[in-house]
Amino acid sequence: MTAWRRAAMWVGGLAGAFALGVALVLWLNVRGEASVTATRPGTAMTPELVERGAYLSRAGNCLGCHTTPGGQAFAGGRRIETPFGAVVAPNITPDETTGIGAWSTADFWRALHHGRSRDGRLLYPAFPYPSFTKVRREDADALFAYLRSVPAVQRRNDPHELRFPYNTQAALAVWRALYFRPADVQASPTRTTVLQRGEYLVQGLGHCAACHSGRNFLGGTSLNAEFAGGLMPDQSWYAPSLTSPAEAGAQRMGREQVVGLLKRGVTAGASVSGPMAEVVFSSTQYLSDADLGAMAEYLASLPVRAPAVPAFSPADPQSLQRGARLYADHCASCHGSSGEGAAGKYPPLAANRAVTMPVANNLVQMIRHGGFAPTTVGNPRPFGMPPYGQVLSDQQIADVATYVRQSWGNEAAAVSPLDVLHVR
Amino acid sequence: MAERMQACVMCHGREGRATSAGYFPRIAGKPEGYLFNQLQNFRDGRRRNAAMNHLMQHMSDDYLRDIAVYFSRLDLPYPPTRPSGLTAEQAHLAETLVQRGVPERQLPACVACHGASMAGRLPAMPGLLTLPADYLIGQLGAWQTGLRHAKAPDCMAEVARRLTAEEVGVVARWLSARTVPAGTKPEAAGSEALPMQCGSVAP
Repeated sequence: MTAWRRAAMWVGGLAGAFALGVALVLWLNVRGEASVTATRPGTAMTPELVERGAYLSRAGNCLGCHTTPGGQAFAGGRRIETPFGAVVAPNITPDETTGIGAWSTADFWRALHHGRSRDGRLLYPAFPYPSFTKVRREDADALFAYLRSVPAVQRRNDPHELRFPYNTQAALAVWRALYFRPADVQASPTRTTVLQRGEYLVQGLGHCAACHSGRNFLGGTSLNAEFAGGLMPDQSWYAPSLTSPAEAGAQRMGREQVVGLLKRGVTAGASVSGPMAEVVFSSTQYLSDADLGAMAEYLASLPVRAPAVPAFSPADPQSLQRGARLYADHCASCHGSSGEGAAGKYPPLAANRAVTMPVANNLVQMIRHGGFAPTTVGNPRPFGMPPYGQVLSDQQIADVATYVRQSWGNEAAAVSPLDVLHVR
Repeated sequence: MAERMQACVMCHGREGRATSAGYFPRIAGKPEGYLFNQLQNFRDGRRRNAAMNHLMQHMSDDYLRDIAVYFSRLDLPYPPTRPSGLTAEQAHLAETLVQRGVPERQLPACVACHGASMAGRLPAMPGLLTLPADYLIGQLGAWQTGLRHAKAPDCMAEVARRLTAEEVGVVARWLSARTVPAGTKPEAAGSEALPMQCGSVAP
């Protein structure tokens, strides 16, 4: 009998602990939420509010994910590839049945601030509410007013294509309990410093941390990994560290250079490419110089946490030789025989951070796929690089990448054909 | 502009003149309207080619127009062609399709839209002579299977679906092997109506 009783106690204890755990996870998921039925005065849809919302929507690049290429604005459908499967961005036009036409401002606030949908479902953090939670209520209301003003499009949402267990609300609840805390936001203070404005934009709507932070195997970020750089969710491009001046850190860049890069997409010696080209194309080029300056100031103020760089070891001389030949044949006519580039046209490769970053993904991507800088008001007719993947093998791409990483004073690790193969 | 267009050279040849040997189409001298439509189609996903979709991603309509104008104004000799390898019977079939079409199957003649000499017709019909046969087959196939689209109404998709697989192959090889006299240009936009409604030439 005592054995039975002991077993029963164990089972009861475990069940109790489990129940407590579930309760804790549930509480962590809904704490701090205000009732969505509470009415909120003073959010009349004035043209000024809509216009402010349109600007904020640019700052948050809502259009970027919620529109397919060539598709109708905000009608959703774009797939965001993640290591857990694909998340499909929903329709956020004011269509009553397939969009968010039936939502209230309170519903919208809860989605942005708490990451829960109108029907109470937990939202996937591919919608970057871990950043958007820092957006103030009056800005959320302006955004919502703007989204109510765009043309309604009837387009039913496609289901996400996530694998088990990531496709369950329970898994999402556990993720949120581990990694998500709703921010404590106050109403807009009457005066903010430039630095505070920059922090608000970078940390909130700009959701820079969504890409520029390291992620663990569960897709969570820790404080240490904030802005420390990370691969994009589809593992293709690398969002460089904003805390390391050897990557994309702004600590040693001039304010004008940071503003120029975000406004025009190119500056002397640097240009944006890959996913960041999209950010400049559809978001930051539209921001005011004051806001971009504030962002630059905040980015420059981030504490430097440069990772230790392993001691430099030169690559196999044969690979360097092959790389040198390929460089002379394909690259030197634009980038110069000493990697010096051509001012205003082709970026230098000597002392170029995009070339020497420890993670060589972006260099491989550029060689393989080429690309144009985005067209912007400040750079309406950008120069472009050919997609050398059409004529070079993985071995050749590795050789030429290694050569540019180890020439003209560049001292970065060699790139192997296997590295190239892994970058898609 | 040539310096800005370095990205295009590797596949489309120096200054937009590709050879008929590979897969890549010549773009030099094609009507501006056609080139602009294709650049937009690649950017907006109506046409699929990973390299082109990637390159066009973040471009304004204004720049796409500039690019189209630049390549449309290049006046370069056509590459030498290779023999088509068609039998006399196949060549006859190809020529019939090109010049007369098959009225009983509502299949218009190619020349009705692409110009009497098949060198294109302004504002937006491309010339097809000397294009690589593989490229032409690839495009007609993509229209038949819904991988390539133009602005609705997509007339060429309709035409492609009315062609048999044999007809596609024969016409492509015949067009690819034509020699083109120097100075051949797309025809002016004629006054006669096109045989079909085409979204790509809508104002």
